[in-house]
Amino acid sequence: MTNEEILSKLKDRFPQVEFQVQAEETKDFTIVVPAASIADVATHLRDHLGFDYLSDVTSVDHPDRFEVVYHLYSMKRGGGVLALKVRLADKEHPEVDSVTPIWPGANFQEREVYDLMGISFKNHPDLRRIMMWDGFPGHPLRKDFENRLYTFKELEPTRPKPPNW
Amino acid sequence: MLKTETITVNVGPQHPSTHGVFRMIITLDGETLVDLKPMFGYLHRGLEKISEGRTYLQAVPLTDRLDYLCSMNNNHAYAIAVEKLADIQVPPRAEYIRVIVAELNRLINHMLGIGFMFNELGAWYTPVVYAFRERERIMDLFEMLCGSRMMYNYVRPGGVSADLPDEFLPMLKKMLPHLQNYVAETRLYLSQNEIFRARAVGIGFLPADIAVANSITGPVLRASGVKYDVRKAEPYSIYDQFDFEVPTQMAGDIYARYLQRLDEMDESLKILRQAVERIPDGEVATKVPARLRPPKGEAYARIEAPKGELGFYLVSDGSTNPYRWRCRPTSLINLSALREMCLGHKVADAVVILGSVDLTLAEVDR
Repeated sequence: MTNEEILSKLKDRFPQVEFQVQAEETKDFTIVVPAASIADVATHLRDHLGFDYLSDVTSVDHPDRFEVVYHLYSMKRGGGVLALKVRLADKEHPEVDSVTPIWPGANFQEREVYDLMGISFKNHPDLRRIMMWDGFPGHPLRKDFENRLYTFKELEPTRPKPPNW
Repeated sequence: MLKTETITVNVGPQHPSTHGVFRMIITLDGETLVDLKPMFGYLHRGLEKISEGRTYLQAVPLTDRLDYLCSMNNNHAYAIAVEKLADIQVPPRAEYIRVIVAELNRLINHMLGIGFMFNELGAWYTPVVYAFRERERIMDLFEMLCGSRMMYNYVRPGGVSADLPDEFLPMLKKMLPHLQNYVAETRLYLSQNEIFRARAVGIGFLPADIAVANSITGPVLRASGVKYDVRKAEPYSIYDQFDFEVPTQMAGDIYARYLQRLDEMDESLKILRQAVERIPDGEVATKVPARLRPPKGEAYARIEAPKGELGFYLVSDGSTNPYRWRCRPTSLINLSALREMCLGHKVADAVVILGSVDLTLAEVDR
């Protein structure tokens, strides 16, 4: 199935959703999906277009927006990547639907995005910090995070909370 | 009436059987596992953040520190991602050298993966010592290449850092039958072991559909019967020029994962035998500026690392530093199905199941 076929099938199925193809500044075929419809589009891609394998969920902090990027493959067909992208203009409280109910493999990666980039995921079964401890101030992968290695400015000392189990 | 209740046990982070600093919070009913929560982050070094403050080439040594048992594969994955981003061509000799070192490193990883799994089973360091004996020979070869035995920094964007020394290929050719013997020896001595079979057959079963849904890759996926290997599904480097099979197992238990690793070692040796015969002469690196400035853009590239799919997602803003540097960690995502594999088994089995997934905590936490 070529990239154009995938896009036209998506457009047929979701006529009201505006899909954009990111034509430049990317080496992979990238479809930008509105944040509200990512869960529906992902379900359709998994069930009807054969993208059964979610390789990677990650996020990018751009000056004007956050991007959540999903890299999908098909294990049945093999072949190349389909990148889905969600742009979140709200820099204060970025939020997007979780795809963990669709691909359980997104669980730890979405927790990582939540922890390090501060994007929360609706309907995620277990949204907790994964790398940093509870009570850590800020989200390290954001561009405005004070990087002590380069600024030599001491952060407020923080301590892990007592165990919650 | 007997009063029964479940008990919560904290395993780790300092625990000899957890391959590093990994913590599991398990809930037990008697000795049977009814819940398992993995906890990460004890080795989090912020490699992604550190790399954003470095140039593209300065980040290569950091990839060594991801999964330190297969540094060559990590270098390779990162080099492919940078080359895809900046449109760099690699000379054919460099591609052959990359395949040779990648497959040698796969052998190291599978030897130790099997060896450490037997540690968990109670064969305390005997199989590991045999694996280390062979690993030392391969590491001697790597030392010839780059002077380092573990943190190679050898495969770089554009090629490799130095050409093979004259002694390398004769030594490798002499070693290949020896390594083949090692695989046969392992098969002979361990596969039919009564205790191993009792502990491994039928334990830690992972069905294929759960494996695919949880994005499991590598030997664990193929041991569940899914024939998926990035080297075949989306060939990178020059893997489409070699004649090799993708072995699979149907059982999906610990024993199948063990057999899977042995079969993959056979296939790696097959690739190595072809590569040492066909390796061409020529350049080993394209000239890449030290302060590389890829054009504005983004790229995702992946390889079949020994533990599974290893990917790098790079975003460039046109400057010398990556805007976003993301590693898709194989070991972390392979743990997604750990709970499903462990439920209903005994505590001692949970430790072996963790060993059979074969993980490196440095890559889980990054």
